Amino acid sequence: MIAPIVPTGTAGPVVHRPTDWTTMASRRHTRRRYAAERRFRLMGLAAVWLSVGFLAFLIGTMLWQGASGFVETRIALPIDVRVDVAPDRLTGRGADLALAGAGLEGEVDAAATAAYGPDGPDLLSDGAWLRVRDAVKHDPTLLQRHVVIAVPAAADIDVAEKGRGTSTAEAQVARLNAAGVVSRGLNLGFLTDADSTDSTRVGIWGAFKGSLLTLIVTLALAFPIGVFAALYLEEYAPRNRWTDLIEVSINNLAAVPSIIFGLLGLAVFLGTFHLPRSAPLVGGLTLALMTMPVIVIAGRNAIKAVPPSIRDAALAVGASPVQVVFHHVLPLALPGILTGTIIGMARALGETAPLLMIGMRAFIAAPPDRITDPATVLPVQIFLWSDEVNRGFVEKTSAAIIVLLVFLLAMNGLAIYLRNRFETRW
Amino acid sequence: MTASQPKITARNVSVYYGATRAIDDVSIDVTQDEVVAFIGPSGCGKSTFLRTLNRMNDTVASARVEGQIHLDGQDIYAPDMDVVQLRARVGMVFQKPNPFPKSIYDNVAYGPRIHGLVDGRTALDDIVEGSLRRAGLWDEVKDRLTDSGTALSGGQQQRLCIARAIAVDPEVILMDEPCSALDPIATAKIEELIHELKGRYAIVIVTHNMQQAARVSQRTAFFHLGHLVEFGATSDIFTNPKAERTKDYITGRYG
Repeated sequence: MIAPIVPTGTAGPVVHRPTDWTTMASRRHTRRRYAAERRFRLMGLAAVWLSVGFLAFLIGTMLWQGASGFVETRIALPIDVRVDVAPDRLTGRGADLALAGAGLEGEVDAAATAAYGPDGPDLLSDGAWLRVRDAVKHDPTLLQRHVVIAVPAAADIDVAEKGRGTSTAEAQVARLNAAGVVSRGLNLGFLTDADSTDSTRVGIWGAFKGSLLTLIVTLALAFPIGVFAALYLEEYAPRNRWTDLIEVSINNLAAVPSIIFGLLGLAVFLGTFHLPRSAPLVGGLTLALMTMPVIVIAGRNAIKAVPPSIRDAALAVGASPVQVVFHHVLPLALPGILTGTIIGMARALGETAPLLMIGMRAFIAAPPDRITDPATVLPVQIFLWSDEVNRGFVEKTSAAIIVLLVFLLAMNGLAIYLRNRFETRW
Repeated sequence: MTASQPKITARNVSVYYGATRAIDDVSIDVTQDEVVAFIGPSGCGKSTFLRTLNRMNDTVASARVEGQIHLDGQDIYAPDMDVVQLRARVGMVFQKPNPFPKSIYDNVAYGPRIHGLVDGRTALDDIVEGSLRRAGLWDEVKDRLTDSGTALSGGQQQRLCIARAIAVDPEVILMDEPCSALDPIATAKIEELIHELKGRYAIVIVTHNMQQAARVSQRTAFFHLGHLVEFGATSDIFTNPKAERTKDYITGRYG
């Protein structure tokens, strides 16, 4: 044991004492620190579970309510199709017209009356005869035979069969069930038709196609304009008061309520340029105005994240500024730009208010073929159906929401795929 | 002054960042067959001056260069000077290795491709192999040319950057503290490489490491607070400095 050297002097020994970590105060401090850590973790966990719970509730409710929208109630209709149509006219384009002209609808009504009494036609959907028509087109020999075809039931019967109907309809369903003529099937028409006044005949395809065309117009405009604006502002524009002003304006533009863009679209595209009303072209233009700032902001952030050393490296081997941008900066920023773009597009897909202003809330019974045809979009269609008094539209609304959510999930999935595909591993 | 014709002639060069003068009235000659080292304490302007030699300061909006810099008698700040060509003639290697996040092959082939220096794949292959060989990297990477350049070690990345610079066959190579991010073994390899490249390219190297300056250069310039304090044969600067400030710096009194 070596004796410690104690300095001598009038002030006495100066001994350095290490901090005592075992005092009460010190222990209390440690306990508090642990408690704070625990509290914070629990709060985070609770927040995550709360959001997961809300999401599960939303999706669960929609599936529960909307699943029946993809199912239709059918009633077996015995019928002798005795219309006078030459067999060679049953193929090709004229077939629909020929059968309609031959009075097929009346035949179906007559068969319904014969089978289910004077109110028989009311049990069937307005579109029931179309099912018979399609069956005949598919198999012309039906014209000579007595057949039983399952045709869609009327809206109130359909609703009652699914358990939410009026008492009279419930009684009719009970009667039909006793006769054993009710069946269920997949409502394919919901995925292939457009809007209708009869809830058993509505389809989502018209609105889906409208959304698709609108988004194509939006993407075709907002993506190049947004990316070029972001590139110019980040790579070329001098830093001065004007570019500051532009930056602030773009940030503000991204925060403007969407209905204002709708009013702008109404005034400019419809009022000044007289573009067609209710058209995906105008909807796409309006949504492009709204999406462009989002793409610019996401693009600028992605471009800013490209390390300056890469620009230096390219410049130092003699790349021109344009080559630096297109060979190095843009490829490295692309995943971020794409992610921002798809977030902006997803927002555009869910937008209702601005499209109401430019007339896309009109009743459109035919899917649009061109971007200048009148159309509606999924969220507007949901809004319109949710407003209907007919109870048959309740499940159709939920079913349309399912379609919209699937569309959104597909877009987000695409965003994740593209990000992973193009991301640079350093 | 050596007998050969100077490659780079800088006369009365001053550089301003906004109102701040970073370089004050510097005149220097660099000849074709020598390595010139710039030394000096941090912030003395040696990197700024280096970047004026291939106009990399153009990317800094507030930077302004006064005075004259000639490359083979041609004013590189003349309005008709093509900056892209200038940078192909005066290559640069940076402090932090900065390979492109592309394959090793594409890193080296990038310069020849954008300048249209080669026709056909085999000619390009030859340039890539030659450049990697001259950078002393060929044997280490010849079997994985398609791997990402960023997957290499720090020292290999820096030699890849040198290979990328010499692939466009420059006349001058500027090196801005090329070894400051590297370990001693990688540093030794780079210094060896500088020895091998000497003569073929005029080399200007900025370094914080005075032993490195003594090892690799024939002439050394000592910068302090934006002034060129002393410029002469490396052996003189380190054994018999004329200025008091140089003496204080190389003996480690500050810096």
